[in-house]
Amino acid sequence: MHLSREEERAYQGELGESLRKAMEILVALGEIYGADQLIPIRSVQVAGVSFKTIGEAGLEWISDLRGKVAVPAVLNPAGMDLARWREMKIGENFAKKQLKVVEAYRRLGVSPDCTCTPYQIRPELARRDDHLAWSESSAVSFANSVIGARTNREGGPSALAAALVGKTPRYGYHLEENRIPTHKIAVDADLERSDYGILGFIVGREVGEGVPRFRFRRRPEVDELKALGAAMAASGSVALYYFDEDAPDAPKGAEEIALTAEDLRAVREENAPDGDVDIVAVGCPHSSPNELEELARLLEGKRVERELWICTARRIAERCPRLVEKIERSGARVFCDTCMVVSPASDRYNKMMVNSGKALAYVPGLCKMRAAYGSAAECVEAATWRG
Amino acid sequence: MEIPCHRISGGKASGPALASTESISFLGTVDPETGMVVDPGHQLFGKGVGGKVLIFPGGKGSTVGSYVIYQLKKRGVAPLAMINLRSEPIVAVGAIISGIPLVDGLPAEILRLEEGALVTVDADRERVIVDDL
Repeated sequence: MHLSREEERAYQGELGESLRKAMEILVALGEIYGADQLIPIRSVQVAGVSFKTIGEAGLEWISDLRGKVAVPAVLNPAGMDLARWREMKIGENFAKKQLKVVEAYRRLGVSPDCTCTPYQIRPELARRDDHLAWSESSAVSFANSVIGARTNREGGPSALAAALVGKTPRYGYHLEENRIPTHKIAVDADLERSDYGILGFIVGREVGEGVPRFRFRRRPEVDELKALGAAMAASGSVALYYFDEDAPDAPKGAEEIALTAEDLRAVREENAPDGDVDIVAVGCPHSSPNELEELARLLEGKRVERELWICTARRIAERCPRLVEKIERSGARVFCDTCMVVSPASDRYNKMMVNSGKALAYVPGLCKMRAAYGSAAECVEAATWRG
Repeated sequence: MEIPCHRISGGKASGPALASTESISFLGTVDPETGMVVDPGHQLFGKGVGGKVLIFPGGKGSTVGSYVIYQLKKRGVAPLAMINLRSEPIVAVGAIISGIPLVDGLPAEILRLEEGALVTVDADRERVIVDDL
């Protein structure tokens, strides 16, 4: 891999130990993946934030680093709401460690925005054709597919290294040749909002790490694309998909998959809730203002009978105080900075109902809990049902 | 003999070899507190990686494995150096953040090196020195 003179100096340690390590990480990964050079990036989203995932070892590593990030950087969701963790029944010890993790990142200049949807709170972090080093799989998918930016799916250390250097090795989804569709997906059905999570759940399993090119009857809305991409990145490892009429076509010979309303209904039925649901969680990926508005409307005049958590980014909750208040009047909780998948708070329950194909894919393995799926309205119904 | 190799993580160290023909998923296979291989399904089950030059084809499994390597280092039970046929990101990143010399690009015979044979990994000069191979 070719390094500029400045990059070479950093690599040799002339600019300090932390930059040397950061450069060593970028060069090693670049060589493993066949990159020819480093390229400047607009922003970074750093993984490795929940103490549940990174543990003592990860905390030690981040705390030992010195220096400041060279480009704007934000964080993945943490293991708890950084302010209201007691309401999530998080233990003191975990909370202390989690706050230390976020503080260690803050000392490096990383903004303590803990969200899987950085594009919802700070659009300037990613514009069309920008190169990025983002981590969270649904954010990566959204950035590549909906925004038209270019990013690989970074691990914690490689994202932080990219933030410190302000660059990332040029390989994978940064290169045009890896952004060509591999599968044609024809969806012959009128889809409503909650169908996109199920659709993504099905397609992700089919295409693995492919690049699906969809044909829909109508152009999906932004929140629907968010749900679709998140699900495909969880049940498969799709980091890029196409949905626009004028998107590039898959080359001849690409695998074709045709899906009907019946296919979606079958998977929905398999995952329908029963009487066992003891917690309902929505906001995976983090709820948008529109989604909060829908929930506030659905919950109006109702009382929840079991836990109903709604996860969003702190800046969104702060932007919509009236919606948050309306939602919480029902007994539901709007938690920020966190998500049900990376928080240990969900460990106490048996069956979680979700409206997210991503959560449906992850909850059984990561939270050791059964999962059920439904629309936002069905989730509210399950949470308020007096049974 | 001296074998040319490719530097992944810089530094130099010598120690007794511990070689395996199986890939290693650090998360779940190696106990981060003791450095013992605790997965009964692994060739190296029951052995400690601490103080050894650990030789294996490459890493696999969860990316948290990088942090496990860092934790081994902090507890003083990490390998002195590592040798891969072809490094992948988990072990590469783990070695770099932990300051453990790591090289790859060696011939596969290195995986058959006898346990305890003295090996020197000079990642900076991109050389592995083995007493007898």
